[in-house]
Amino acid sequence: MRYLPLTDADRGAMLSTIGVESVDALFAELPPTRPVFDLPDHKSEIEVERAMNVLARENVSCADVPSFLGAGNYRHHTPASLDHLMQRGEFLTAYTPYQPEISQGTLQTIFEFQSQVALMMDMEVANASMYDGATACAEAAAMACRVTKRNHVLMSGSVHPHYRDVTQTQLKHLGLKIECLAPDPIGIEDLIGRIDESLACVVVQNPGFFGQIKDLTPLADVCHTAGVLLVACVTEPVSLGLVMPPGAMGADIVVGEGQSLAGPASFGGPGVGLFATQEKFIRQMPGRLCGETVDADGRRGFVLTLSTREQHIRREKATSNICTNSGLIALAFTMHMTLLGEAGFARLAEVNHANAVTMAERLNDIAGVKVIPQTFFNEFAVSLPSAADTVVEDLVRKGVLGGVPVSRFYPQYEELNNILLVTATELTTEDDIDQLVSNLNKVL
Amino acid sequence: MTDQATHIETTSGNRGLQFEEALIFELDSPGSTAVDLEPPAHDKDRLGGLRRKGSIGLPGLSEPEVVRHYTRLSQKNYSIDTGFYPLGSCTMKHNPRLNEKMARLPGLGDIHPFQPESTVQGAYRLMDTLATWLKELTGLPAVALSPAAGAHGELCGLMAIRAAHQAAGNDHRMVVLVPESAHGTNPATAAICGYSVESIPGNGEGRVDLDALKSRLGPDVAAVMITNPNTCGLFENEARTIADAVHAAGAYFYMDGANFNAIVGRVTLSELGVDAMHINLHKTFSTPHGGGGPGAGPTVLSEALAPFAPVPFLVHDSNGFHMAEHAGDKDAPQSFGRMKGYHGQFGVFVRALSYMMSLGKDGLRKASGDAVLNANYLRVRLSEELTSSYEGICMHEALFDDRFLKGTGVSTLDFAKSMIDEGFHPPTMYFPLVVHGALLMEPTETESKATLDQYCESVLALARKAKRGDTASEFLSAPQLTPRRRLDETQAARKPVLRWKPEPLKHAAE
Repeated sequence: MRYLPLTDADRGAMLSTIGVESVDALFAELPPTRPVFDLPDHKSEIEVERAMNVLARENVSCADVPSFLGAGNYRHHTPASLDHLMQRGEFLTAYTPYQPEISQGTLQTIFEFQSQVALMMDMEVANASMYDGATACAEAAAMACRVTKRNHVLMSGSVHPHYRDVTQTQLKHLGLKIECLAPDPIGIEDLIGRIDESLACVVVQNPGFFGQIKDLTPLADVCHTAGVLLVACVTEPVSLGLVMPPGAMGADIVVGEGQSLAGPASFGGPGVGLFATQEKFIRQMPGRLCGETVDADGRRGFVLTLSTREQHIRREKATSNICTNSGLIALAFTMHMTLLGEAGFARLAEVNHANAVTMAERLNDIAGVKVIPQTFFNEFAVSLPSAADTVVEDLVRKGVLGGVPVSRFYPQYEELNNILLVTATELTTEDDIDQLVSNLNKVL
Repeated sequence: MTDQATHIETTSGNRGLQFEEALIFELDSPGSTAVDLEPPAHDKDRLGGLRRKGSIGLPGLSEPEVVRHYTRLSQKNYSIDTGFYPLGSCTMKHNPRLNEKMARLPGLGDIHPFQPESTVQGAYRLMDTLATWLKELTGLPAVALSPAAGAHGELCGLMAIRAAHQAAGNDHRMVVLVPESAHGTNPATAAICGYSVESIPGNGEGRVDLDALKSRLGPDVAAVMITNPNTCGLFENEARTIADAVHAAGAYFYMDGANFNAIVGRVTLSELGVDAMHINLHKTFSTPHGGGGPGAGPTVLSEALAPFAPVPFLVHDSNGFHMAEHAGDKDAPQSFGRMKGYHGQFGVFVRALSYMMSLGKDGLRKASGDAVLNANYLRVRLSEELTSSYEGICMHEALFDDRFLKGTGVSTLDFAKSMIDEGFHPPTMYFPLVVHGALLMEPTETESKATLDQYCESVLALARKAKRGDTASEFLSAPQLTPRRRLDETQAARKPVLRWKPEPLKHAAE
């Protein structure tokens, strides 16, 4: 019972102070249910480690084999100092900074995070994070409906299928119409024809789910003429070091997933939802915000602010019900961005792109394999001569995690069965690409 | 500290070991980086002319500068590692580092959600084991693991309830009843689920007014949401009666499990008639709150609601585990949909399960016992000077109000701020709303008697000082010994400054 400091002598003394005979007597008001609890008793640290290691070894770690997985979740290098700093107990074991005088560390990092995210997206303001990219997307669509007082959301085929699903689920009881177009590398031109004054917003992703990068400017122009907000999703924030950001192309709300820059994939969670918009919308924006102010001595300090939008004040009229956010993951993100800096971030993005271009050329040389998007960042869809899920299973037997079959998300679209998503990052070596290419040649 | 010491001015702005720390943007050495990367192998591009133009505006710092910056910022934070954090309703308990170590095993940390399922059977087994623990500890037959936080878990439960009503043709049930004392997320969640929210008053003894609740039940009510133990620190001992009345009226019983820490191992929730309840893994099972999150809010569901659970969920067959990922397909025909990307807060699952295994069935029961013992010890000892809001035994949090400050000129806020100078994180203030000037204290089971005694002595001394009079201005100016004194929240809200901007250099002198 190494986590429990009370001794039996302590308990005895405390019970007599309270005037109760036993600890169990404190629970006398509970109804007499009969707990079964078929569970093991406490384990030593060594035993827990052993049990967890057994589970860990039943998995293939991406650290051990060439891995080309992406689809919204990316494996990047984590600087050693990042994990060290985010594990400092004063960050790790703090709560939401409700007492600003003794939470300036968390508050200043949130302020830096908001500033970095806004700059990266080329937007005016950002919040202090959401649960993840998918829930941030749903919140963005809901916010667009509040701002425009319209109720029709159009989601393009370029948007991550989980973002589409989560948005449909989360908004389905709000009297909104969520329309999802067929999966497709961004069809900007097709979308433009569908914009009219009935829409609250159109949601796109850049780079798209299939890897395509597109100029969103013409779409933004048409949207704005019709009073429609353009919501852009970014699932790979490293792209922002090289690719023109959505804000510069006219997006009104930019959301995304920050996991790429905040540590390991961790089987997809927790992530960190990014959310940025224009200053005029801040009172409609969900989630926490940190603001700069002064203390009683006139010194600069930071506080949580504009909380009148939030659930603990507005209750059923709140802009959203989000309470807990992704504070620690946002901290890791902001630390990683600070370590990279302007120069490092640009270099990281260039290396990712160069490796992906190399991989695309090598894959295009394989008979029957075709890279689909003309433009991409570090991930792209390829068309294979046979079903992608089978190919991936064959590659696993050769010791390669060869990518993500699109059919995993869209089993109902048979025409996508042969499409595979592959990603290269700064961790991808020439040898990794060799192994992918040679093994693909064997299994196809 | 003497007045003289308070007013010492230094050239650097630092005060001994209390360092001033500029924003990263003000520490910028253009071109610096703390990450050395080899240059790209070539400069061929496939960007279609969409290369970013100009600089982003991010600062450049070297590795030593970054390490010092964040280390210094960390020192401006109160945390459970540094001291007692009796923040009611937040369950700030010790965060064992074993949990962190386990989450970083390469086979658990460095795995991707879309690996072939044959390569992640261990991860699935871990999730299944966690699910088994949660089902055992509540007695409910099903659990949705994917909700990302407590409020997200509430939404999960209400979405399942709404789906169940729709499947039964009960679309006309559009009201959710929520007691006054509920967490603000409860009514917000009900509203997001499309329901109208009606408040149920308390009975003056800190519990739900049973008659008021019963008289409001009817054919338009979809669900009742009760926090139990509630935010007044009391167990809703009529829970079974409430559940029976709710069920008889054709509605569902949602229990907010944010305070599960008080009752783990001591009551079977299925026998109380609970249909859905979220469990904040970060609270009860000690995963670090990290300055605001991440959390995880798995939601246990009754037999009636289980078919409507969100995707993804695990299915076990002769080939091992696979994940049902699509609402409407054969594994999940009635699922209400997807709530979150990927498979939920897996990293939090690893930490929570490590903690559960460390304590075990016997330890979890002992932990809830110590949490309640510690809270009652505070209640009794502090009642010497403070005013306890309700008579009798409390659960894992003790609720006081501001009656003891009457006539002193000291507010709850002032009193709480003065605790900071004593080295303690203040309790939750002004919540629950049903109590005037509330101070909600939750010591948790991981505090020693010595810590509680030290805390009690400080708080009692402060209370005596306030009551002696002529000290209101001291309280009003607290805290004094912190990196910052009271912050101007009004200015922050009236003229929001939410990010650094390059021009003009407002704080160059700092």
